[in-house]
Amino acid sequence: MPVSVRIPTVMRAYAGGVSKVEATGSTVGEVVDELVDRYPGMATHLRAPDGGLHKFVNVYVNDEDIRYLGKLDTSLADGDEIAILPAVAGGA
Amino acid sequence: MLRLTHDLWLELVAHAYDGLPDEACGLLGGRPDPFGSGPNAGMHATVERFVPTANADHSARTYSIDGSELLRAERQLEADGLELVGVVHSHTHTEAYPSPTDISRAELLADWHFVIVSLKAPEASARSYRIIDGSVDEEPIILVDR
Repeated sequence: MPVSVRIPTVMRAYAGGVSKVEATGSTVGEVVDELVDRYPGMATHLRAPDGGLHKFVNVYVNDEDIRYLGKLDTSLADGDEIAILPAVAGGA
Repeated sequence: MLRLTHDLWLELVAHAYDGLPDEACGLLGGRPDPFGSGPNAGMHATVERFVPTANADHSARTYSIDGSELLRAERQLEADGLELVGVVHSHTHTEAYPSPTDISRAELLADWHFVIVSLKAPEASARSYRIIDGSVDEEPIILVDR
């Protein structure tokens, strides 16, 4: 499935500076795999040591958080819009 | 160095007080490195807009910004030719220095400017930091008229 992926500012340097790329995959996990293959610099930002998604990254498909869909197994349709976002949090 | 107008500074402080008793947070839109190239390229930013956000934690000790709010802010800023350059949050009872949580959660945000507004003293104060690979570097905040 061809989909578009929004790259957060903090990862754009690894994707040639662009804010959006096209990718192909039937699940979010496949798209993440493709991004890491294509842009190896993103690996440490996207991947946890166990191969899952980095704990400080959120992924949205058509504005829905994949944590409430099927996580990395969330299936994709043609033209879906994926957004990768850094988790922004902290504490006193 | 973070350049900020006086009006934006007042917005930041007002939002910090509005959030009490919880920590308040918001995003900074602007232009990174408007001062050209050189050894400090990429180290500076001019803030053009403050985007107040909700504290999804509803907590006096921690904050988080919901991804959908972040996405909306990012789209809006980009439509206006700006980008996210940092995040602001308040410390309601402690100094404006990054906590261990702030530092660990900054792992993927090495390009960002972290502004902390402290409400500990009767008068609000703020400091700005870069947090890269777990090391904290304070940077000056330059207040300008416009």
